[in-house]
Amino acid sequence: MKLSEELLLIAKDPYGYAETLKAEKKIVGTLCSYTPEEIIIATGAHPFRLFGSGQKARLADAHLQSYCCSLARGVLEDALSGRLDFLEGIVFAHTCDTMQRLSDICRINKDGFFHLDLILPAKLNTESARSYFRDVLEIFRKDLGAKLGVEIADSDLRKAISAMNRIRKSFTRIYELINKNPSIINGEELYILNRAAMIMDKKRLADLVEDAVVQLSSDSREAPDAGAPLPKRIFLEGGVCNYPDIYNIIEEAGGAIAGDNLCTGFRYFNGPVDEDNPDPLMAIADRYMKRIVCPAKHAGIADRGERLVEMVVEKRAQGVIFFFLKFCDPHAFDYPYLQQVLEKAGIPSLMLEVDDPLQAGGQLQTRVEAFIEMI
Amino acid sequence: MAEQDEGKERRKIKAAAKMKEIMTSYYIDAKTAGQTGKKVAWITSGGPVEPLIAMDIIPVYPENHGAMIGASKMGVELCRKAEEMGYSSDLCSYARSDIGCAPINGGPIGGLPEPDMLVCCNNICGTVLKWYEVQARYFNIPLFILDTPFTHVDFSAEAKKYVKSQILEYIEFLENATGKRFDYDRMQEVGKLSLEGQRLWQAVLDMAVNRPSPLSAFDAFFHLALIVTLRGTRQTVDYYKILLEEMQERVAQQIGAVAEEKYRLLWDNLPIWYRMKWLSEKFASAGACLVADTYTTAWCGSMKYIKEDDFIETMAEGYSRIYLNIGVDQMAEQVIAMAEKYNVDGIVMHSNRSCKPYSFGQYDIQRIVGEKMGIPTLMIEADMVDERSFSESQVETRIEAFIEVLQGKK
Repeated sequence: MKLSEELLLIAKDPYGYAETLKAEKKIVGTLCSYTPEEIIIATGAHPFRLFGSGQKARLADAHLQSYCCSLARGVLEDALSGRLDFLEGIVFAHTCDTMQRLSDICRINKDGFFHLDLILPAKLNTESARSYFRDVLEIFRKDLGAKLGVEIADSDLRKAISAMNRIRKSFTRIYELINKNPSIINGEELYILNRAAMIMDKKRLADLVEDAVVQLSSDSREAPDAGAPLPKRIFLEGGVCNYPDIYNIIEEAGGAIAGDNLCTGFRYFNGPVDEDNPDPLMAIADRYMKRIVCPAKHAGIADRGERLVEMVVEKRAQGVIFFFLKFCDPHAFDYPYLQQVLEKAGIPSLMLEVDDPLQAGGQLQTRVEAFIEMI
Repeated sequence: MAEQDEGKERRKIKAAAKMKEIMTSYYIDAKTAGQTGKKVAWITSGGPVEPLIAMDIIPVYPENHGAMIGASKMGVELCRKAEEMGYSSDLCSYARSDIGCAPINGGPIGGLPEPDMLVCCNNICGTVLKWYEVQARYFNIPLFILDTPFTHVDFSAEAKKYVKSQILEYIEFLENATGKRFDYDRMQEVGKLSLEGQRLWQAVLDMAVNRPSPLSAFDAFFHLALIVTLRGTRQTVDYYKILLEEMQERVAQQIGAVAEEKYRLLWDNLPIWYRMKWLSEKFASAGACLVADTYTTAWCGSMKYIKEDDFIETMAEGYSRIYLNIGVDQMAEQVIAMAEKYNVDGIVMHSNRSCKPYSFGQYDIQRIVGEKMGIPTLMIEADMVDERSFSESQVETRIEAFIEVLQGKK
């Protein structure tokens, strides 16, 4: 497909885009797909996902040891160096130990924008956690409203929910189309779509992804020439993927993305918020309670394995590539179990652990090539 | 030489033998639980053990086991085993060594007693959540998670309500696991004993305000075992009474933990279990006594939130607001308060690869303490169990340089 120039520019230069957008809207930084963007949107502000710009960490190294992941280090570096000064504030949703301390370190060392913590429950499979989740969202509604000087009415929330659902619907459709024929979009385009979705103005985004759905639905691109081997269907599992190169490496090795369960992918837009629920906050909480969990959350001891196999089978993927950031404890803890569950289901997998910036691609490329050849 | 030996003998803590006896009998009980019909629960070190004691369930601590593995220098071997199973070498070494131990009954005591249930409280870290999920799958047994929301600045009323409701879920979980009704009266007694034990443990630690200090952090690391594993029992209360008396006597007789106390230091983070002796000798030879630490205090730091007559109602807050479950600035305040209380000349920080919630933020604590108190800090890069992260020459050089700074300040 042909991605709009607008999307390409935004994905390439998120901070440049934010500088322009801030003339229209207040921008609130987020770090995790557990941030209820609907509540931010309901204030009239814009939720902007932070990934770190991959610059050398000169300032962050004075606060974080060498065994900290590159995502936390990158965001802290950008905050301390002033690159995030376009922000009105940052919201830290509680997930892993690193994010928890990153929040403290940012709060103590960075003035100039507001700081809010969202102390979510760690388990998402009990009634008391559900009720607490709603309480946390209520606190967040008040705190955020106070920081931005607005009162957030239920009607504002409903509008925001409906706007986000519209985007989720389009993305779900895009993933269905990709699943039917992975060749209709290349991995890098998918990466750009996903990345832009977490950065750009939601209204404009909704229009652009709807255009993308139309374009992809009418895409007559056929599978490669008869006789040429079909690309192997690959499923990506893991955390934050900041590396378009990975998609290219997979494709060049003869793979195609049939689906993913990445924080910066399917997990972000997975499942709509129930628009019929008279309590919009409960509806938002319920989406998170039902959504596929990130490994920093608990939904039962077998939940992640079962759901991964379900997704991989549904996408008819021939292999799974695990994609983790180095020093990401929650993902690393689940890996042996997930790998075994896949193995039992007869699905081969490969684990890639990367750092930001990406180390020389040679070794990654060889491993991916060998894996795709093998499946 | 004879004089030296005599001094060493005099400085030995006599109660230690009694504690070894208690711990040995406790592990025998736990190991033979299958024959005596008792249930065994594995529980995290920051978790609420009192309901288990009240239900006659034997609590077992994989973290305490991790410490034993580290101290007996079996960490590398068992961590490697977990790495062969697919666990990254960057993960917590308590978790790795425990996970590596389970399938082979490895470690210094031939593996931990098999659990009937798991109780995980995430007030110390998110790692325990993942670790206990691994073990719940391995042993195929029920897991209870007590989710204690983090307190960056304030502990919200909503969080308190959430934890309180989970305490009731916890009791229900134990009733289901044992097939017995929960005895609230017994719980009240256990709660009282728990608080008494904590007060006594704090009193023992408080003895270090004396000059010379009758005990060091290395002693505290050792004597901590009971307040962690058997909190809420009469045995623990009795033991800490004996230990406290011995400390009082040592103060009266001016017996210090180190031969000649020139510098008083505070230790931050978990011990480096496999290097306890080396480190304690290193510091002692320079006349430096680590008089206190942030780690062992954690088992009595939240007493202020718990009401003796209403343990069940108030334990939710007590268990949520422990040292590791609060913001870095609040931790810095506590470090400063301790540094003042024990009148220390400097702080030794263990930057521990295995513990992100304890270690991330240490650079800031170091800076805050430096600005507010003007005392020097030494940062040691290591790991609590995995010796592969320890560079002896580097640590030695840093300690020597640090002692020189202390000398310059005197």
